[in-house]
Amino acid sequence: MPDLTPAVSLRGVGRRYGERLALRDVSLELAVGQTLVVFGPNGAGKTTLLRMLATLLRPHAGELRVLGRELPDDGYAVRARIGFLGHEPLLYRELSGRENLRFHARLHGVDPARVEAVLEAVGMQGRAGDPVAELSRGMVQRLAVARAVLHEPELLLLDEPLANLDPVAVAQVQPLIGAASGRTRIVTSHDPVGGLVGADVVLGLRGSRAQLVARVADVTPAQIAALYA
Amino acid sequence: MRQTIAALLAKDLALELRTREAIPAMVLFSVTTYVVFHFGLDRDTIDGDLAAGVLWVTLLFAAILGINRLFVAEHEQGGFDGFLLAPVDRTALFVAKALALFGFLCLVELVAVPAFAVLLLGPSLGQALPGLLVVLLAANAGIAIVGTLVAALAIQTRARDLMVPLLALPMLVPVVLGASRATAPLLGQGGAAALPGDWLSLLGLYDLLFALIAYAVFDFLLED
Amino acid sequence: MFFYAPTDADQGVIQKIFYVHVPMAIVALCGFVAGAVCAVMHLRTRDRRWDMRSYVAIHLSIVLAVGVLLTGSIWARASWGHWWVWDEPMLVVFLIVFLLYATYQPLRFSIEDPEKQSRYASVFAITAGAFVPLCFGAVRMAQNLTHPQAGTMTTSGPGSVTVTFLVSLTGMALLFVTLCKYEMASKNATMKLRSLRRRLAGDDDFGAATGARSAAPQL
Repeated sequence: MPDLTPAVSLRGVGRRYGERLALRDVSLELAVGQTLVVFGPNGAGKTTLLRMLATLLRPHAGELRVLGRELPDDGYAVRARIGFLGHEPLLYRELSGRENLRFHARLHGVDPARVEAVLEAVGMQGRAGDPVAELSRGMVQRLAVARAVLHEPELLLLDEPLANLDPVAVAQVQPLIGAASGRTRIVTSHDPVGGLVGADVVLGLRGSRAQLVARVADVTPAQIAALYA
Repeated sequence: MRQTIAALLAKDLALELRTREAIPAMVLFSVTTYVVFHFGLDRDTIDGDLAAGVLWVTLLFAAILGINRLFVAEHEQGGFDGFLLAPVDRTALFVAKALALFGFLCLVELVAVPAFAVLLLGPSLGQALPGLLVVLLAANAGIAIVGTLVAALAIQTRARDLMVPLLALPMLVPVVLGASRATAPLLGQGGAAALPGDWLSLLGLYDLLFALIAYAVFDFLLED
Repeated sequence: MFFYAPTDADQGVIQKIFYVHVPMAIVALCGFVAGAVCAVMHLRTRDRRWDMRSYVAIHLSIVLAVGVLLTGSIWARASWGHWWVWDEPMLVVFLIVFLLYATYQPLRFSIEDPEKQSRYASVFAITAGAFVPLCFGAVRMAQNLTHPQAGTMTTSGPGSVTVTFLVSLTGMALLFVTLCKYEMASKNATMKLRSLRRRLAGDDDFGAATGARSAAPQL
């Protein structure tokens, strides 16, 4: 009997920032292996949502369950199974790509041999010995992807993951973080057409509220455009 | 936990070796301060109380420089997130940073204390050395513990460089007090006297108290 | 109410300062410790009301600390002719403690996120609260070894002095508690008002679920 626990479950989740509400009353469920795409204008709460799911922020209201564990109390238990790729690459600029990845491998208890495998997968083996400060943005982004998947997480949280990547690089990272990776994914996007590719569920945020929660098949481009109006 | 601390320490060591920011600055600052003291006090040599005071005040201000830099890399390069995402005990960050600061202080003193002996100190340092080492270690521990706590508090504020000295200096007064009172007899004109135990006990108590407090509260500074 | 004239009339006018200075010091020290205890409760329960209590206690204790320094200075001038003496452990400790706590409000104001502000302020309150007794011990130790107890501000006088002192202490403590309650009530009112305004504007009010809002006064 397959395990039917949703990978991610939100019920009335909210978060405030002082007097402002960054997120209010967001509810949705995402099954294991599915992809959720999040649309919304800047400031609508996309990054807040992803950071909450990554255990970096506590919810101020509602219930939040990730991979069967309730956050924030059980955050410790799920961190090893979540991969987060945010706006920052989370790499030390004076250290090389390899050194950075080795550091993260040690933190996550990952075999150092995996570092080389991941570097090869993102096509960065040649420049892995150079300090991150000397690399182009596309290369840094590839290293960031490598860092996010280093510990083979079940859930991927990707905040505009293909930013700064040329088509060759995009093709390289797709097996790791794309729909073909087989992992449960939550991806933010501004692309009303391309963003829907490979996605199963859509979440549209506007003004910190969940204005749209639907399956991809039921969503029209007009609805997505309305979020940005 | 130990693995995590080792990983963090190795990373900080690699960064410091690569950038060479903190330690050379702290050493240079110490030596320059001795020169300033020479002209400020208009003395060629000092001993006893005065020597202990000058040494410890200089080391204290040099430490402030190091404390300022302690979490900068994490804050500016998203290192906090990288650490917070890992399935590790968060107190490891405190221990690792405090050990790093302790290490930096020891390395700086390796140069700054001989420099002090050469430039300003009247009596010879030889006899005083063992006692001085003990005081240095005890005081470094206190500075490291409180310094790391203050650095973590200040890193999130807007005026970080101002906040660190304002917070750290009052809190480190007992360390300066204990360390200089303990060092003074060692640097006496008539040769090194015995190491005063009660001042060492004060330093020890200080170290223990703030180690416990830091251990209890540090997690709250990291979470969101 | 707390300017209670000493029953023994032939003590000098300056002696009266003693009845203000020492109670202020004792209440201020208790206030700082109370601030630390409230901070511990805040971190444990995440109820922002504890942060407010901590803030108010510390805030008022800082004011009292300034009073201690001023009255102590006047007393020193009258007794020994100097505006400041390093011999007096109370004065020295309060100077250090004041310098430390003077950073409390700047620290709060320079952290923008109110949640973070409360948390960091609590960590500070706990650390500083533990520091106060240690500082006292350290300074007293220094005094005892270098200057044996000379010219302290404690007097062992007739019973009327003690009574006066105790009344003054009680009065000071009551004043402190009253001011605390007053300030907390005023802040509560401001918060409720803001909360109502938010509800009117249509925002959900899950401020109620998380407890009172940040204690730092709005600029």
